[in-house]
Amino acid sequence: MTDLASAPTNSAPTTSAPQTALPTADSSADFPRHAPATDIPFQLLAPDGNAHDPAALPDPQTRLSLYRHMRRIRHFDERGWVLYRTGRLGVFPPFKGMEASQVGTAAALTSDDWLFPTYRDTGAALTLGLPIARTLAYWRTSPHGWHMPEHLKVLPFYIPIATQYPHAVGAALAEQRKGTNNVAMAYIGDGGSSEGDFHEALNFAGALNAPCIFILQNNGWAISVPTRTQTRAVNLARRADGYGIPGVRVDGNDVLATYQVTAEAVARARAGEGPTLIETVTYRIAAHTVADDPTRYRTDADTAGWAEKDPITRLRLHLLAEGILTEESDAALLKEIAEEFEAALNEADTYPEPEPAEILDHVFAEPTPQLVAQRAEILREVGE
Amino acid sequence: MTALQSPPSQTSTTRTMVAAINDALAIALERDPTTYLFGEDVGVMGGVFRASDGLQARFGTERVFDTPLAEASIVGMGIGMGLAGLRPIAEIQFAGFMYPALDQILSHLGRYRHRTRSRYHLPMVIRAPYGGGVHTPEQHADSPEAILAHVPGVKVVIPSTPTDAKGLLLAAIEDPDPVFFLEAIKLYRSTKESVPDGHYTIPLGKARVVTEGDDVTVITYGGMVEVSVKAAEAARAHGIGVEVIDLRTLVPMDLETVLHSVAKTGRAVVVTEAPRTGGFHSEISANIAEHAIDSLRAPILRVTGYDAPYPPFTAIEDVYRPNPVRVARAIRTVMGY
Repeated sequence: MTDLASAPTNSAPTTSAPQTALPTADSSADFPRHAPATDIPFQLLAPDGNAHDPAALPDPQTRLSLYRHMRRIRHFDERGWVLYRTGRLGVFPPFKGMEASQVGTAAALTSDDWLFPTYRDTGAALTLGLPIARTLAYWRTSPHGWHMPEHLKVLPFYIPIATQYPHAVGAALAEQRKGTNNVAMAYIGDGGSSEGDFHEALNFAGALNAPCIFILQNNGWAISVPTRTQTRAVNLARRADGYGIPGVRVDGNDVLATYQVTAEAVARARAGEGPTLIETVTYRIAAHTVADDPTRYRTDADTAGWAEKDPITRLRLHLLAEGILTEESDAALLKEIAEEFEAALNEADTYPEPEPAEILDHVFAEPTPQLVAQRAEILREVGE
Repeated sequence: MTALQSPPSQTSTTRTMVAAINDALAIALERDPTTYLFGEDVGVMGGVFRASDGLQARFGTERVFDTPLAEASIVGMGIGMGLAGLRPIAEIQFAGFMYPALDQILSHLGRYRHRTRSRYHLPMVIRAPYGGGVHTPEQHADSPEAILAHVPGVKVVIPSTPTDAKGLLLAAIEDPDPVFFLEAIKLYRSTKESVPDGHYTIPLGKARVVTEGDDVTVITYGGMVEVSVKAAEAARAHGIGVEVIDLRTLVPMDLETVLHSVAKTGRAVVVTEAPRTGGFHSEISANIAEHAIDSLRAPILRVTGYDAPYPPFTAIEDVYRPNPVRVARAIRTVMGY
């Protein structure tokens, strides 16, 4: 929108330049040009676990750590279904099959960086260190799940679509202005990339050179709407081209690949080279939420091929073949993960239910007279 | 009745409201290095009304900067800056251009403290020129304050004098929570007064009694204060004492001052230039009805714009925007009830 009002009269009249060439606003002097994202997603491990170039892989310890994170968040996802069905968890959006997409990206951050997760990114938040007990509390609709740990910059899961994208740009810009080399990472889905805030944020981040990494998890579905209905575009990473920033398309079921391209994007951002859009090509194996019935909009045949590309199976085959993991150490890892989860579940069970008047807590630093009166009203209503 | 916090400087300067706002912004940028100012055309140009004139030259392009043209992200980016510990001051060029940002305002601005249990809070100010009376083109004269006041977790401030504008803006900037600061376009340059130099604040949530009177209370704010005062002067010529209350802050509202006055006068007229249905005038009226019904000797009257878009038609714009004649008529009506 532009200003149509008459401005004060002290503005200088514009003069016409000689029409030797069309005037352009070429920012190439300020920012580097980037090649468009290729259509074929970047991949390090084939689905059978074989590396295309063994020399390009991260060190064994990093590979094992990424595997552990994926195992850990899948356990959360699987237990989440059971807890939901037994009434011990509220409606939550599962992320099975997307573990490489979430772990490989979040693992490229440190606890000084910002994470803006959507509701499907429980796995990313857990990877960066959000405690399991708090995470369970969030999906139990308890305010204890809203208490974000002081040592992390992980924001509570965003329910509206794409609206947290400009926030990530602002946090990234603030870090830049403060002179840190911290970055902000924001997640979105293929459906979310239709929202205006997604496009605005990419443009702002490019124009302001904000150290921001945008993770577009293309999991094929926005609830019941497939990506082909969502957009005529096939390569969503190419949306970066429109904003003059790098776009990268990566196999979202190859955690070594997602980790590598994200680490490169994070390094660029820390070095002052600005934002990157990363499209992780993956698939939502499960329902939209535990309360969703996907048989209304897709068949088992739609998902069958993707089960064979399971990100955990892929890395497991590789680690076993390389001797980085054994059947025994894998079993021990699973046992340790299960014990950690059950301990966290027990902790979450100890969180007390909120008091009625907590509804009015944390609206302002100091409650207004109106809020003070309404608190008294609530206390009268509940007979205290 | 103007309560100044931190004693004002001994010196003062005659300023218009827009100059007083510019002074407040400069003082905030000078005092607190975490303060940032941004929006469309606020940097090089100094804002379409020149509210940020000279500030980029003085504080640099990092602190005072032009953004791409997208209101949702101006507000949304400011939210992110606030999360990260800065004090963002965003300018929306006209209040009527704020609507693309309503998603950010409704979905996020007032919720961050609540949904993080105060782990994060947003010390953010969103300034916007609002209101009519200067024959602006279509969409440039809206008064959307009721939409904003309806959003939990945000404050709404609307000054009516240069001195108030400066002190309230500094208080808004220093407030730990999000504040909308709406500036009546009509008042930017129409009046000048002696404004204290240096830093001072006027607390949010405290109304100002502009004129005292025993017969009718007129509750108003922003661009309607001068209109109401003119009506009060006309009424006084007919022996009617009108107490004009400038609310100054819609959220939090100083109901105490309003009720104290209505208890004395027994008659209330509420004046705004916003559309009538669902306006903030109705919130004021409802509060008076709830808390002061025993004092009332007449119905509470609202003098407002009409339930139509603000008209850009110069010849008849003044029919829409309340004028002293309409306010005076309402005063006579409640007196004659």
